[in-house]
This record gives sequence, C-alpha cells and structure tokens, in this order.
Amino acid sequence: MAELRDLYQEVILEHSKRPRNYRTLAGTSLSAEGYNPLCGDHFVIYVDVEDGRIRDISFQGSGCAISKASASMMTQAVKGKPTADAEKLFMDFHRVVTGKNNVGVDDLGKLAAFAGVSEFPVRVKCATLAWHALRAALAGEKQAVSTE
Amino acid sequence: MMTATNAIGWPHAAEPIEFDVYRRRADFPILSRKVHGKPLVYLDNAATAQKPQAVIDALVAYYTTENANIHRGVHALSEQATESYERSRAVAQHTLNAADTAETVFVRGTTEGINLVAQTWGRANIGRGDEIIISAMEHHSNIVPWQLLCEEKRARLRVAPINDDGELLLDEFEKLFGPRTKLVALGHISNALGTINPVSQVIELAHRFHARVLLDGAQAVPHLKVDVQALDVDFYVFSGHKVYGPTGIGVLYGKRQLLEAMPPYQGGGDMISSVTFEKTLYNRLPHKFEAGTPHVSGAIGLAAALEYVQAIGIDRIAAHEQELLSYATEQLRAIPGLRLIGTAREKAGVVSFVIDGVHPHDIGTVLDQEGIAIRTGHHCAQPLMQRFGVPATARASLALYNTADDIEKLVTALRKVREVFA
Ligand SMILES: Cc1ncc(COP(=O)(O)O)c(C=O)c1O
Repeated sequence: MAELRDLYQEVILEHSKRPRNYRTLAGTSLSAEGYNPLCGDHFVIYVDVEDGRIRDISFQGSGCAISKASASMMTQAVKGKPTADAEKLFMDFHRVVTGKNNVGVDDLGKLAAFAGVSEFPVRVKCATLAWHALRAALAGEKQAVSTE
Repeated sequence: MMTATNAIGWPHAAEPIEFDVYRRRADFPILSRKVHGKPLVYLDNAATAQKPQAVIDALVAYYTTENANIHRGVHALSEQATESYERSRAVAQHTLNAADTAETVFVRGTTEGINLVAQTWGRANIGRGDEIIISAMEHHSNIVPWQLLCEEKRARLRVAPINDDGELLLDEFEKLFGPRTKLVALGHISNALGTINPVSQVIELAHRFHARVLLDGAQAVPHLKVDVQALDVDFYVFSGHKVYGPTGIGVLYGKRQLLEAMPPYQGGGDMISSVTFEKTLYNRLPHKFEAGTPHVSGAIGLAAALEYVQAIGIDRIAAHEQELLSYATEQLRAIPGLRLIGTAREKAGVVSFVIDGVHPHDIGTVLDQEGIAIRTGHHCAQPLMQRFGVPATARASLALYNTADDIEKLVTALRKVREVFA
C-alpha cells in the first residue's frame, strides 16, 4: 500500500513551506504559465536564457504541496544548466513520477524525492506542472499550458 | 419492501421504509467496500450519490426482461418498455408535484436541462439589451449556457452578490431588476457552500417584474421537498445521479404554456408527429423535447431512486442530514486553523473548508489514504472561489447513509492532516 510519507517526503514538505527562487525576474525574455484547471494550481515560471544556458530561473503562484515543491526544486535543479540538460532532466523526472521505470533515479539527485508520486497517479500532474510551464517558456509559447 | 420498479402500474404511495441509518446503509452495496484497506467513508455526495440495491435491481431487471425501443413497436417488449418509461416520468412528475407529465421532460442531467432552456426558450425570448440575472454562487453549468446566449444575442448577464456567509443579498438582488430583466437563473442549493436560497421570495420578486425563473435543483431534490406548483417556478432542473439514481438521466420541468411555445431542442425521431421534406409537425409535449432513443433504463433507474427516497420520506432524510450537519460544523470548527466557507443560516448538508497552510488537494490525498472520499477543488464554481479569495476548498457533503461515525473519522483524519503539514 502506498504510504503518505512516500509522497510527502521531508524535503518536499520543506520546499512547499519555504519555496526557493520564489519571485519574479525583472526583464526576463521568457516566461510561461502553468495551470491545472482541475485543482486551480497556477504558476508562472520566469527564465533567463543566455547562450543556450539557463542563467537564472524563478517562479510564483499557488498550488498544493507537491506542485509548489516541484517548482521550487526544479528551479534549483536547472539553474545554470544548458537548456538541453533541463529537457533531459524533465524526461527522466517524468519517467520516474509516472513509474515508467526508475532508470533515471540516480541522475535525478534531490528530485528523486518525487519517486513516491508514482504511487499516487492523480498527483502526477501536480508534480509535472512547473516542468510543463518551463518547457513552454523555453519554447517561447505564449498561451498558458494546461494539464488538461 | 420496495415495489418493483418495472411492475406495471402508475405511481402510488410506496411502502414506507423504516429510517434506521445502519439498516439503510445496508441498502447500498458499495458502502461495504474498502479503500486503501480502510472501510469507505463516502462524503462526496454533492458530486454524485451512491446507488441503493433497488436502483441496481431496476436496471438489471429492465435489461434482463424488458429491453426494447420505446414508442415505436407493436410487439410486447416495446409496449412494456414504453409503459415503464412513461411510468418513470409519472414518478418524476410526482416528485416535483408537477401538474402534468407533459411538463416533465427527460434530459441527460442538470447541465443539459439548462442548456435546453437557454437554446430554446432563451433564443426565442432573449434579445439585444435584455438581461438575465444569475448569482455569485452558481455552478458553471448555470453560468456558461447564459453567457453563450448573452454573447449570441448581445444580452447582458448580471450577477447577484452574496455576503461573507454565502447568502444572497436580497436588497442588492432586487436592485438588479429592471424593465429588461427577462430571466433569473438561480441555484436552489449551492453545491459549494450548501446555502439554501430563498427561492420563493426570488420567484415572487421576479414575477413582479414579469421575468421568468429557472431553478437549478441539482443539489435540492436529494435533500428537500420540491413542489414546483407551490413555488410557481417556471423551469426546474435536476440530475438523477445526485439523488441515488443512475448517471445520464435528469429532469427538466417547465410550465406547460412555456414548453408549448418553445421551439424544439434537437431534431430527430420521437420528437415529431409527421415529417415530409416540406414540413415537419412536432410531437406533443413532452416528446417534442426528447429527440432520439432516450435513456430508457436511466429513467427507470431514476424512478426507482425517487421511490426509494419517497419510501423513506424526504423530510426524515432532511432531518437526519441536518443533525449530522450541525455535528460536523461544530466538530470542524474546533479544529485549529480550519475555516468554514459557507456559513449561511439556511444550509443543506455541505461543509466546505480550508485549512491554514495546507492546500485542499493535499487534504484530499491524506483523507483518501484513510478511505475517506471528499471533493477538493473549485467545485465548478470558480467565480465563487474568487469571491471568497481561495483557489479551492475541501468539501464534505452528506447523504442519507452518512453517520456520526463518518464525521468522527473525518475529524480524526483532518487532525492528521495538520500533523503531516505542521
Ligand atoms: C448546483 C449544481 N448545478 C449543476 C450541476 C451539474 O449537474 P450535472 O453534471 O449532473 O449535469 C451540479 C453538479 O455537478 C451542481 O451541483
């Protein structure tokens, strides 16, 4: 049976209470909204990209513990990385939270804390919301991405 | 004993059923299942109610012994199916105390009922500059159909405000009326707050201004006696699945002279009396609004559900739910950091709440692990969430089979929520 503690790992609870990079970025060229109409979770991701590298990243918005912690930890994980690495990280993260396989867990670092999400299928959208918004921002999409 | 629903014979007073909550729980097979290894505590009744054996049996009996298309065959099965379907309509008519079965139209549910009125009566009667009044606590299904209509007709949608307890401000409501007011569309009971609206007063007010009134009864029919004639309401809609019946079936009541004057909704079989390529004559009421093969088994299942409720007695169900509501309200108020959303004086069995620092979605997950089903989210009432400044709420909603024990389990689990997220 899935355990609550598998989902709400300490690090996740901690990030949800004290999200990192929780601010707007003045003058950034790229931003995108992520919205989950089912539960009303709503985030804006701001990214500053220079020479194919994520120079700075931040977010703001509101949502459940999982979506907020995921956004917070994502910003930490991709800051300073080439956008291609961020994309690869998303793929691994997605595979792990959907329980496809655990191949990527070792490469995920702190993000491996989200592995427990795979036991709670309805929460996968919460864990991936910020990531979808990041990808939309990098792709220069204007429309809010929706999980539905 | 319940009367078999597929028995021939028009509705008569069902044999009364004793109201002992534990006995009645035994009528609902799903309540004995486990969720995540814990006994199911079902508190999401405003979303949909569970089904008693009588309803399940009626569906099985229909498909086992009677299934045929209706209103079209001379063979025995078709006659029986038609009889059962029309008998079900009479049960629905009786539930709403409509004057005539002609005024009782089967639809898919509340949503379709409202859209039907918007697309037929609305398109025929609402013009440029006319006004429709709704309230700040409406379900999306009683907002969007009117927005679509207003957009098409260049009419104006006006929204009656509510106070912080989630009650209509009747004085403000009255100020919205004017010579262009054509319709008031109002929820009888709010699904997100539980508020029971003062519908008689609103209807009287609207009629003084020669406006029509549609009531969204989705949350009312399961919890109180509705009498469309006493209310003098023009249109009334409800969904079968919220009153212990199947999904995909509901009822639209309309006053006969309004329905007669309305253009049809959809075209097809059953809704016509004769078709040539030059001219089609529409069938009489209520068939004019029931194009195509209807949800025959759904109607039969709905009748079984309505008869089940009638046999217990809606007043006894209401009294039981009110008692539980008081208990739940008192218990939840005692939880630190919990805020109730919707504290109207007149309320049905709905408790919406938020907990400081915990998102409703996380509350829902923790409760689910305890086998407790509640709804979390915006309850299809986003403007209402904005009114209360919350993105979402957690909502426990009651039915006839809920017990004080269910409430105690809810409270224990909510205390656990506070521990996990402390
Ligand atoms: C107040 C209210 N109106 C309308 C609806 C829509 O009902 P349905 O989805 O059955 O059409 C609901 C239920 O979701 C409701 O609670």
